[in-house]
Amino acid sequence: MDLPIPTPNADTRPYWDAAQQGRLVLQHCSACGAVQAVPRSYCGACHSNALIWRESNRRGVIASFSIVHRGPTSAFRDHLPYVLALVDMTEGVRLMLNVIGTDRLDTQIGDPVEIVFEPRGAEGFKMPQAQRSRV
Amino acid sequence: MTPRKQHTACITGVADTAMGELPGSTALGLHAEAANAALKDAGLTAQDIDGVLCGYSMTVPHLMLSSVFSEYFGISPSFNTAIQAGGATACIMLANAVALVESGACRHVLCVTGDNRLTGMTRDGAVAALATVGHPEFEQPYGMSVPASYALVAQAYLHWYGVSRDELSAIAVAARKHAALHPKATKRDPLTLEDVANSRVIASPLRLLDCCLISDGGAAVIVSAADAARDTRKPVRVLGSGQGHTHEHIMAAPSLTEFGCKASSALAFAQAGVTARDIDVAEIYDSFTITLLAELESIGFFEKGEAGKAALAGDLSLGGRLPTNTHGGLMSYGHSGAAGGAFHIVEAVHQLRAEAEARQVRGAELAFVHGDGGILSAHCSLVLGQE
Repeated sequence: MDLPIPTPNADTRPYWDAAQQGRLVLQHCSACGAVQAVPRSYCGACHSNALIWRESNRRGVIASFSIVHRGPTSAFRDHLPYVLALVDMTEGVRLMLNVIGTDRLDTQIGDPVEIVFEPRGAEGFKMPQAQRSRV
Repeated sequence: MTPRKQHTACITGVADTAMGELPGSTALGLHAEAANAALKDAGLTAQDIDGVLCGYSMTVPHLMLSSVFSEYFGISPSFNTAIQAGGATACIMLANAVALVESGACRHVLCVTGDNRLTGMTRDGAVAALATVGHPEFEQPYGMSVPASYALVAQAYLHWYGVSRDELSAIAVAARKHAALHPKATKRDPLTLEDVANSRVIASPLRLLDCCLISDGGAAVIVSAADAARDTRKPVRVLGSGQGHTHEHIMAAPSLTEFGCKASSALAFAQAGVTARDIDVAEIYDSFTITLLAELESIGFFEKGEAGKAALAGDLSLGGRLPTNTHGGLMSYGHSGAAGGAFHIVEAVHQLRAEAEARQVRGAELAFVHGDGGILSAHCSLVLGQE
């Protein structure tokens, strides 16, 4: 069974549209400078609506992770075990992603990762994912 | 911070239903059973209730659960609403009931919960429904689940504080020892550190026996105004309450090792005029071993990295420094959603009334109760004391 793909809304569409082009974009507040992970109509720090999109450098580190052996739905049960991770991006935001790649089960906290794009479903919807950086 | 007014409200009735796998049970039937039992416990009748607070049910998802319940039960309260804050629901219901009776809006408020999520839906269905606390676009498509999210906290804890497998396991073992003393607990057979360590991995580092149960069950708590409480059997005082809310989604949590329970408990302790050291018995939301460990340390009962060691040393057991979850908690007593958090309140009241039988903490005068909703997202703390 195909893994789920998100249903973008007016707040989040630029994030997912950029992902389809292989770009990771993040919302920056031009009033206070805050960067936010989940896109919104307003800045979660100062509540301004002066938000602009900037391309991320796609680098981060593993803040925490879990190797999941019991999936929440049948789609994920076809992909066990998978690695669920919180990734701290150099821009200062935290994303939830899967660590993918052949060495994914070796993931440790503090590992540097880069964002890659994984196609899902018949249409190949591209999901930002994390891959451990080759040193 | 301006000191808050002292609370005057009392808990006048508590009850929970049978627990575990209850074929033939319904969510509303469990609500009604718990409500009747709590009324009997208080020595009140349904006509005395002028306020109703409900939580939520996964088998009866509804926009107006409190209206559905009141119709089902056959009462027409002058105040009626539902509250949804995941595992913090029961404590937040109680805090709202306190505000209602102290404002004069109500005299007796029935807080009632129940769900038949074990027999009324599949276990897979329950796990999938619970995962909807995850962000629909930024967490759920990555296979987020509630156990996996708590596992992210556990992994961070292991990394930063060197918590050992045995320390996590000791939290589950301590709860099981208490459950063995409670005739209604779901899991009463002996549990060892090895059993927990050898149970299958759900989401590393959490294993099956680090996780709470999925149960059918219900619970009700009646909160009464001070003067209205005089006619009841054995009231217990609400001395302090507080909430703390830092995030909903775990990806947005400001920390993976400090949570809103720090703020909620500080408010509750300050209002009650006590400190963590004064607490005789604690009933704290324990959806996973890591949940209790993180809360015990964030609240300040133990230093960082010390709660697991304390559990191993027996400090959380009867006769220990802080007997905790004396009914067996969510891992061994039972967990039916909003009712799961209410079981902690019921047990605290039983302890303060010296009605906890084999699990009685001798001389228990002050109890701390805590609920946590989401992924350590919504917190509500209560300090309860003898009348």
